[in-house]
Amino acid sequence: MSEISRRSILKAGALGAVTILGGAASSRAGAPASTPRAPLFFTAEEAAFIDAAVARLIPADEQWGGAREAGVANYVDLQLAGAWGAGERLYRSGPWVPGTASQGYQLPFTPAELFRKALGAINKELAATPFAKMSAAKQDAYLRHLETSSTDLGGVPSDVFFMHLWELTVEGFFSDPVYGGNRDMLGWRMVGFPGAYASYYELVDQHGVKFDRPPMSLAEDANRHVHMDPNIPAYLLTPSK
Amino acid sequence: MATRLKPVDAVTIGVGLTGSLAALEIAQAGLTVVGLERGAARYTVPDFQSPPIHDELRFAVRKGLMQDNVKEAVTFRNYSDQTALPIRRWASFLPGTGLGGSFVHWNGQSFRFQEADFGYRSHILQRYGQKFLDACGPELTIQDWGVTYAELEPHYDRFEYLLGVCGTAGNIQGKIQPGGNPFEAPRAREYPNPPMKETYFGAIFRKGAGSLGYHPYPQPSSNLSRPYTNPLGLKLQQCVFCGFCERFACEHFAKASPQTTILPVLLKNPNYELRTNCQVLRINLDSTRKKATGVTYVDDAGREFEQPAELVLVTAFPLNNVRMLLLSGIGKPYDPRTGEGVVGRNYCYQTTGGATVFMDENININPFMSSGAPGTMIDDFSGDNFDHSKLGFIGGQYVGSIMTGARPIEFHPTPPGTPAWGQEWKRAVARHYNHTILIQQHGTSTASRLNYLDLDPTYKDAWGQPLLRMTFDFPENDIRMSQHVADKVVDIGRAMGGKIVVRGGTKRPYNTTIYQSTHNAGGAIMGSNPRTSVVNRYLQCWDVPNVFSLGASAFPQNATYNYTVTIGALTYWALEAIKNRYLKAPGPLVQA
Repeated sequence: MSEISRRSILKAGALGAVTILGGAASSRAGAPASTPRAPLFFTAEEAAFIDAAVARLIPADEQWGGAREAGVANYVDLQLAGAWGAGERLYRSGPWVPGTASQGYQLPFTPAELFRKALGAINKELAATPFAKMSAAKQDAYLRHLETSSTDLGGVPSDVFFMHLWELTVEGFFSDPVYGGNRDMLGWRMVGFPGAYASYYELVDQHGVKFDRPPMSLAEDANRHVHMDPNIPAYLLTPSK
Repeated sequence: MATRLKPVDAVTIGVGLTGSLAALEIAQAGLTVVGLERGAARYTVPDFQSPPIHDELRFAVRKGLMQDNVKEAVTFRNYSDQTALPIRRWASFLPGTGLGGSFVHWNGQSFRFQEADFGYRSHILQRYGQKFLDACGPELTIQDWGVTYAELEPHYDRFEYLLGVCGTAGNIQGKIQPGGNPFEAPRAREYPNPPMKETYFGAIFRKGAGSLGYHPYPQPSSNLSRPYTNPLGLKLQQCVFCGFCERFACEHFAKASPQTTILPVLLKNPNYELRTNCQVLRINLDSTRKKATGVTYVDDAGREFEQPAELVLVTAFPLNNVRMLLLSGIGKPYDPRTGEGVVGRNYCYQTTGGATVFMDENININPFMSSGAPGTMIDDFSGDNFDHSKLGFIGGQYVGSIMTGARPIEFHPTPPGTPAWGQEWKRAVARHYNHTILIQQHGTSTASRLNYLDLDPTYKDAWGQPLLRMTFDFPENDIRMSQHVADKVVDIGRAMGGKIVVRGGTKRPYNTTIYQSTHNAGGAIMGSNPRTSVVNRYLQCWDVPNVFSLGASAFPQNATYNYTVTIGALTYWALEAIKNRYLKAPGPLVQA
């Protein structure tokens, strides 16, 4: 499926500055993407691995920037530094017993702990030639090794770590830019997803219409509308009795 | 030490669909009702408004509106000889929490069940015989509901008009209607509103399925096709096809929910009091164990209260209804070794799956222009709409093109053979995102003596109470059914013009890490025999007659369709009996 669609080329023509601008600030994205920021979670060594790894998982090409250009490493850092990294919405009581594939994740680690453990083991293993200094082919081979084996990374099986890294990479590429990834809405423009725009009543039955309005982030919801119909008494405070 | 509160006539455990609907009926009948909701109060304005509501990461991926696993999870195993382990993050099913419950984040898919679904065992035996049923699987424990479609029809009608369901009738009083579903059970009158606009993927499905001789119809929807005022005087607005419906709350007043169709009236009723952030620990019984005296709950500050009540309505999510009965010692727990006991028995799910149809790249599907219940479907393979006598299974699935927003973190299809990451993956995602159609299969879940719910012996919730333990795998019968339909769906995908059609169909074992359906059913089932049911045909507990357990936990097995409208109809049916008979002479409505 390596063919490059006509549509992609057209889009790249219109918006070709994306990969050149890379991480430069975008007035449209709403967030000052170029502001230098120290990682909140990752050490310098960890950050180097993540930045290089996501650039191979979703690489840049002649049409579209990849995960690096979309700021995915920044997204992952913010997620792991925050509530998600600390185990938000994760049932965390033991006993901790290995389960079947259909029982899902059963390790005692929060996402932050899992990344710290696994990255520590990886960077120790690769001390001689850090991942970020490898050739692209060697990087791909190493990522494939993580993906397809259960090598022990400080208590974290490598395939479990890879799956977490992959999920966060996809999230960082396609989630709203307010979370620090999907810079310039690169992921959305690549597939043609309009983002938070979200009102298509007049278009939904224009079957096959080419929708080329630029995507919109939560941060720039121009409508800022609140439904205030006096005839709809739907907002009621909890009665106090 | 629990603080004892002033007694009330009735209490509901949960304020979602059944809790708000039942409370309104009872409050309007003049009784005092307290609604206890474990989650927070929330309203369309300001809680569901944009921009924050249109956030895939927060709501669809991180499950922002769902039960908090940190506090309460469910343990799971496929088979009873395994050790159940906690579902540490929701994936396969998504119980909601907070005012309005799962009826806030639902899609609005608004079907009735069919006539044969209610007398299911009798129907199967009459059409195919005992030998056939035994051959489908000796472990199958299908039952009749104890209520008929004809008895529920007026309640279906009433509930559909409450929601403002949009659709095209297929069968009005036995007369088949053009454009509707010719397989549907007879309805008294047309839907309250016309169907939604047809999406492009729906139109392509209509053409493909129609060319094969099937019977396409617009999916009935509680995303409104036009402004509507319901019988309570509450106004709903027209759905704008925003693409943020499933797993989201509606900002537009365009999806039927307790917030849009019930609560504004209920909260003004002087007989009603809502208490949110209240976790009910148990239903209290008197020394005879045959009468409930009320409930004990803990508020968000950790204070414990006893709320005395004459009538207790269990109105939580189906799984939590079963857990509440088990925690309270109401009904005999099911024992899979002996087949005795009832609470937890006949836990059922929904058999889903479907095909992915990759289209030509000059066809812009625009799948993000969508609602929660869009698209076009067929019932040719639903329930018992086709002859099973040579097929070796019972049950069926509806088939339809239903895409609910195509938000890209979760929707980025690639054809078989595409690498899982890297350059080729990225190009395939860019190529196929706007040119791919999903066809959904959605169908029956047959009860089995091997599948059940009980209390976990090891894992506890934040209040120190045992988690619910689920033991479940799809019966072989349901696998055969799903695989049979999967073949037909591939033909439809090709007829739609699919360049590549990836076959669907369910496989064993059931896996909790992949989203399938939030239609958990059974476990506190209704019936006519106290040895094989927890509640009678009016959803009244056989063992404790002043406790009624409402909702899909009462389904003896699950039918083809999304179940919300049937839950509503069954709630009205039970409440009619409570108002007209039980309140006049409290006691068993059916003699055991």
